[in-house]
Amino acid sequence: MLTGFVEELRAAGLPVSLTEAVDAADAVSRVTLTDRDVLRSALAATLVKTSAHVEVFETTFDVYFSVRGASELVAGPGAAVPREQGEPDSDGSGPAAGASGEARAGAVDATRLRERAAGALRSGAAAELAAVARAATMLHAGIEPGRPVGVSYYLYRTLRGLDLDGLLAELLRAASAPGAPGGDRILDAPAGPLGERLVADELAARAAKLRRLVEAEVRRALVEDRGAAAVARSLRRPLVEDVDFMHASGEDLARLRRALYPLARSLAARLARRRRHRHRGSLDFRSTIRRSLSTGGVPVEPRFHTVRPAKPEIVVVADVSGSVAAFARFTLYLVYAIASQFSKVRSFVFVDGVDEVTSIFARSRSISEAVARVASEADVVHLDGHSDYGNALGTFVERWGRDITSRTNVVVLGDARNNYHAANADALAAIARRARRVYWLNPEPRPYWGTGDSIIAAYAPFTDGVFECRNLRQLERFVDVLD
Amino acid sequence: MTAVATPSGAARLGSPAEVVEGLAAVGYLADEHIGTVVYLAERLGKPILVEGPAGTGKTELAKSVAALLSARLVRLQCYEGLDEAKALYEWNYRKQLLRIQVERAEESGGEGARGWRELEQDIFSEEFLLERPLLEAIRATDPVVLLIDEVDRIELETEALLLEVLSDYQVSIPELGTVRARQIPMVVLTSNDTRELSEALKRRCLYLYLGYPSVERERAIVLAKVPGIEHRLADEVVRVVRSLREMELEKHPSVSETLDWARSLVLLGIERVDTSVTESTLHLLLKYRADIEKVSAELATRAPGTSGAGTSSPR
Repeated sequence: MLTGFVEELRAAGLPVSLTEAVDAADAVSRVTLTDRDVLRSALAATLVKTSAHVEVFETTFDVYFSVRGASELVAGPGAAVPREQGEPDSDGSGPAAGASGEARAGAVDATRLRERAAGALRSGAAAELAAVARAATMLHAGIEPGRPVGVSYYLYRTLRGLDLDGLLAELLRAASAPGAPGGDRILDAPAGPLGERLVADELAARAAKLRRLVEAEVRRALVEDRGAAAVARSLRRPLVEDVDFMHASGEDLARLRRALYPLARSLAARLARRRRHRHRGSLDFRSTIRRSLSTGGVPVEPRFHTVRPAKPEIVVVADVSGSVAAFARFTLYLVYAIASQFSKVRSFVFVDGVDEVTSIFARSRSISEAVARVASEADVVHLDGHSDYGNALGTFVERWGRDITSRTNVVVLGDARNNYHAANADALAAIARRARRVYWLNPEPRPYWGTGDSIIAAYAPFTDGVFECRNLRQLERFVDVLD
Repeated sequence: MTAVATPSGAARLGSPAEVVEGLAAVGYLADEHIGTVVYLAERLGKPILVEGPAGTGKTELAKSVAALLSARLVRLQCYEGLDEAKALYEWNYRKQLLRIQVERAEESGGEGARGWRELEQDIFSEEFLLERPLLEAIRATDPVVLLIDEVDRIELETEALLLEVLSDYQVSIPELGTVRARQIPMVVLTSNDTRELSEALKRRCLYLYLGYPSVERERAIVLAKVPGIEHRLADEVVRVVRSLREMELEKHPSVSETLDWARSLVLLGIERVDTSVTESTLHLLLKYRADIEKVSAELATRAPGTSGAGTSSPR
């Protein structure tokens, strides 16, 4: 069991070493196996060493160590439901009248269940929520044995059947209505907007709990049907560091955004450390002599001047055209995160025109606000709204070229797909002559570079390096080579 | 594991539940997960790596574990540029120099020359050794808990210093030989997650992530740590803090800030938290001006009825 579990974690991308697997076995042998939470803690402490991987571990653990006792409750109806929905007439043992009666009973059940769910959400009692989740999965999920669809499909069906969103809105209205009876109140919250907010957050938390319970219930039923290994395989998602920026879904982007802050912080920390420890200054003769007095005139410990290098300036020039839309959004997140750590970051965005967005970032209170404002306020379309690197770089040199100094690091973000416009590589060469370093981050896979209208090869000679940057892992590697 | 005796003087931990109870008795409210990890660390003789945002009680956990085991806490505060001399041991070169000079004086007094070898033996002995926290923890005869605080602040290369101590509980001193631990000390490392620690270090540790506590646990913490607070006020305090943590802020309020806020409210004689109270005391919870502005704006503009489930939907 443990071996299978470890193998599944590895397949999901977690770097579980042999030592760690041995430690896990060791840890498991020291705890009572009857307590599932203790087992989970023991395995988590030995097998997962990064907070970003905890989520994957939790999911896999739930699949492999699902509660067997309660699963019988699901298995019965789980087998009955498809008979009712899939083939109601051909079923010999169940006459048509019986089937429609069952359906009617189902409808009544659905109303009653909805009321029960409302009650559970109102009270927030854990046992009641669990009971509702179990009943809802039985009634609405309609799990069909052998059908290879994922947990999310059944989760969606169950929550739709339960009408969770509608339910929440109703409860919220009832709770915030003036003079609401005591039964409708979720919390003993103070009046006013703050109280409402507390109620809404509490309801959302309870709904999230119900959702998690339903998810666990569905997973349990599926494990019963197909076995742990198959379910775990269907649940595999790329780890956040392997998500491709170009094809990131909305949910992936949210995960990326969360993961980006620590990375931006470590980027900042690394740059700061490099700044301080990079060079040791020349020998500080006076200080050395002064120091040597305490050791009887023997200069035991040489002292050095500390070097105070100027703060590095960073200029980020990012392509925000449609062809790299997902990447551009991510890019803006990254630029925003870097800008919040450094004072001397200037950001520019371009499509076929180019505009500075530093002040937009500075004035925005959050990433999402900044991204929205860049989209509406920045003047980046010159002619037709298709990327034109040549024109964008040319304009950039013309208007801001003077601000680039020997202390400036320039980072260009883009796929260099130029829609067959002129490359105008001279503009980049002019930037490179003035700047300290020029780096180019390309979100396209390396094999595609130079195909079609990609002209990365024309620009590459004028940069200090073109880096493939399709996921966080590659971005981290770039941060490593940066100095 | 080498044949090192387990701590004989320290109280043994019976089970995860006992750990939770014991920690509660010394004033640290742990959940079952924390209890299990501490229990396993003691049983397996492995260090615990505690990671999580600032102000969630990582250092406090180490102190409480020390109190629970009635052990002495040896603390190594990490910082950029921490080196061997500050972490492991250092030769007291001033004393050594004095020794040599005294030797020279005696020589000229006609005592007869002593060989360099003899002198070397002399000046590289324990007498001239300055113990730093890691060596101190290894050589301790009484039970100790070694706290290596904010290990993410040291450079990747310096991490290697810790590896020998953490896996074999020994320190090699070229002039003296290897110093082995007489007992396995409990080791707690904390990290604020500002950078990824090396695989080698992580492999040797049990991992414990301390995030923000649940509403129930945080309420219990507030009730335990803030004298004279009403149950209802404590409940409202932690709920407001949870709402703030849901927002997109530069820095979310930590548990210690929740406690500060709760204490101030009690001192001010406030019984219920409402919008105006929150706004006027927001600076206790949030440490960035941009955050304070943002939250005040959000609290003020929230018109009745518009707060739907959609705006704060799960996930």
